[in-house]
Amino acid sequence: MPETTPSAGRPLLEVRGLRKTFNPEGSLAHVALDGVDLAMRAGEYACIVGSNGAGKTTLFNAIAGSVIPDAGLIRIGGENVTFLPDYKRARKVSRVFQDPLKGTAPNLTVAENVSLAYGRSKRGSALKMAMRKEKRAFIAEALATLGFGLEDRMDVKVGSLSGGQRQAVTLLMATIGHPYLLLLDEHTAALDPHATERVLELTDRVATSPDIATLMITHDLEDALTHGTRTIVMHEGRIVADVSGEERAHMQVGDLLELFRTTAGTTLADDKVLLKA
Amino acid sequence: MTPQIFFDAIMLGFEYSLLAMGVYITFRVLDLADLTVDGSFGFGMACSGVLTMAGQPYLGLIAGIAAGAAAGCVTGLLITKAKINPLLAGIVTMTGLYSVNIYVMGAPNVSLLNAVRCYDPLYQALGGDAGLLSVDGVKMAFIIAIVALAVAINAAFLHTETGLAMRAAGDNEEMSRASSINTNAMKVAGLALGNALTGLTGAILAQYQGFADLGSGTGMVIVGLASVIIGEVFGGWRSVTWGLCCAVAGSVVYRLIIQLALALNLLDANALKLVSAIIVAAFMAVPAVRQTFKDRKLRRDARSAMERLLAEDAAALAGATGEED
Ligand SMILES: Nc1ncnc2c1ncn2[C@@H]1O[C@H](COP(=O)(O)OP(=O)(O)O)[C@@H](O)[C@H]1O
Ligand SMILES: [Mg+2]
Repeated sequence: MPETTPSAGRPLLEVRGLRKTFNPEGSLAHVALDGVDLAMRAGEYACIVGSNGAGKTTLFNAIAGSVIPDAGLIRIGGENVTFLPDYKRARKVSRVFQDPLKGTAPNLTVAENVSLAYGRSKRGSALKMAMRKEKRAFIAEALATLGFGLEDRMDVKVGSLSGGQRQAVTLLMATIGHPYLLLLDEHTAALDPHATERVLELTDRVATSPDIATLMITHDLEDALTHGTRTIVMHEGRIVADVSGEERAHMQVGDLLELFRTTAGTTLADDKVLLKA
Repeated sequence: MTPQIFFDAIMLGFEYSLLAMGVYITFRVLDLADLTVDGSFGFGMACSGVLTMAGQPYLGLIAGIAAGAAAGCVTGLLITKAKINPLLAGIVTMTGLYSVNIYVMGAPNVSLLNAVRCYDPLYQALGGDAGLLSVDGVKMAFIIAIVALAVAINAAFLHTETGLAMRAAGDNEEMSRASSINTNAMKVAGLALGNALTGLTGAILAQYQGFADLGSGTGMVIVGLASVIIGEVFGGWRSVTWGLCCAVAGSVVYRLIIQLALALNLLDANALKLVSAIIVAAFMAVPAVRQTFKDRKLRRDARSAMERLLAEDAAALAGATGEED
């Protein structure tokens, strides 16, 4: 597989006419993606909001390769990956999930987890020791940048860390291999407010890197407007609104709700949605 | 009770410790309950038996490793490619191997008492009957060397990039795929490794006991599990290197327990499999039982807290009605 570097001007992520129906045969047929078009450039950082079941997670699954779409095209870094298995595109796309347990291996140490993520950008070392001195030093340095004090707990099993610490490790793992795309699926939803704030602050730091495009699904409408450069609204498998620049800069949570109502033709139905006063 | 029977038990423990390491790799590292073991044990034994008869004891050991690895690959492919439930995939391979093993051996059992076995050249080199070590001493030294080598190789492997990827695949499959690990390939490789160790156990055992017997693979899964679990009871959960060492120790302790029970007439030889099954069931139940007791204590505490509140309510009510009067 030739390494393709994204040519200037071409988006890092290109999604065209993406469709996915679950259980197409049965009475349970459900259209999860109904023609999604989306382009993300390097350095862009977009928040996605939408009702429950709008297809946000399915969109991420299709981009990451854990769901193969019925129709459509997905290009990452200029390469057509529509049918590439998930583990083969994992070097280009990183994901962080809501559940802190999902992104890390609990019985491996912090350093071993980070090493796995780091190793994926370096091939041809299958039988080298995983924990070489220079690699440990590199990992310690990377952990120190998180500001969670994890560089002193490198040899602790990840299973003994708190949710916020685990998400911080997961974020580091997601970005240490320099992917084109970072997909965050409600990655702070399971954390307490203090941990949420710290992880979001860390997210903003990694997502503003100029070589990466970031998509973040959130239930917090305030966060959806204040984090990143763009806000995308999904409804019933489609992108119904996409705001950025001046328009977004002046937007309040109320305006976003109103935008949702006019574009989706209904009110935002999300039992988790957060409306900070 | 003579020291000899304990010496024999310890030696048997080391022989079977390779099997215990194999089960540790599939059961603890890959998190798969692999039933191929009974079949790959017999497969290794059959290959070793035939080659030892032909005057090639070392080739017999290597063939045992290869046979076990091949059996593990078959189970791995059934799990990952044919998407067959892991337990069932193991049973399928094990059952098929019954026939294969008969074809390989050509008879239900062969005697190797007159053949040159893997420890014989070493015995002769050390002076034979006139030498310093008895045959048993040489056998013990030989098996300990092999076990030590196996622990070292496996521990080193599990700390390489590939070994780390294998451990991750068993620990969190989804995250591993997200780290571009081909988890299916890791499962096949891990099953091959685990069963290679099992095949080697069968191969060594044939030469050590002086015969290969098709029936002797039966119940090997439980023997391996019992050793791993006994090792964990004493050693706890730490690193993988420690886990491998504990599996070896568990295997030796397991044989000593059984030998002791036999020697004290607490047990007749027919009860061995039953005792192994009970050991495994009992030790595996420990975490659940512990949790039940914990839950019960929590509930008791919650109940007494609730009763305190009810008592407060009752007292307040009594006070209120008292004032009204
Ligand atoms: N694997 C699946 N099989 C069947 N239906 C699914 C599957 N994944 C998602 N869905 C359905 O697709 C719809 C979109 O789900 P999802 O993308 O998870 O929504 P969101 O993340 O926006 O809440 C939901 O109705 C969900 O029930
Ligand atoms: Mg979702």
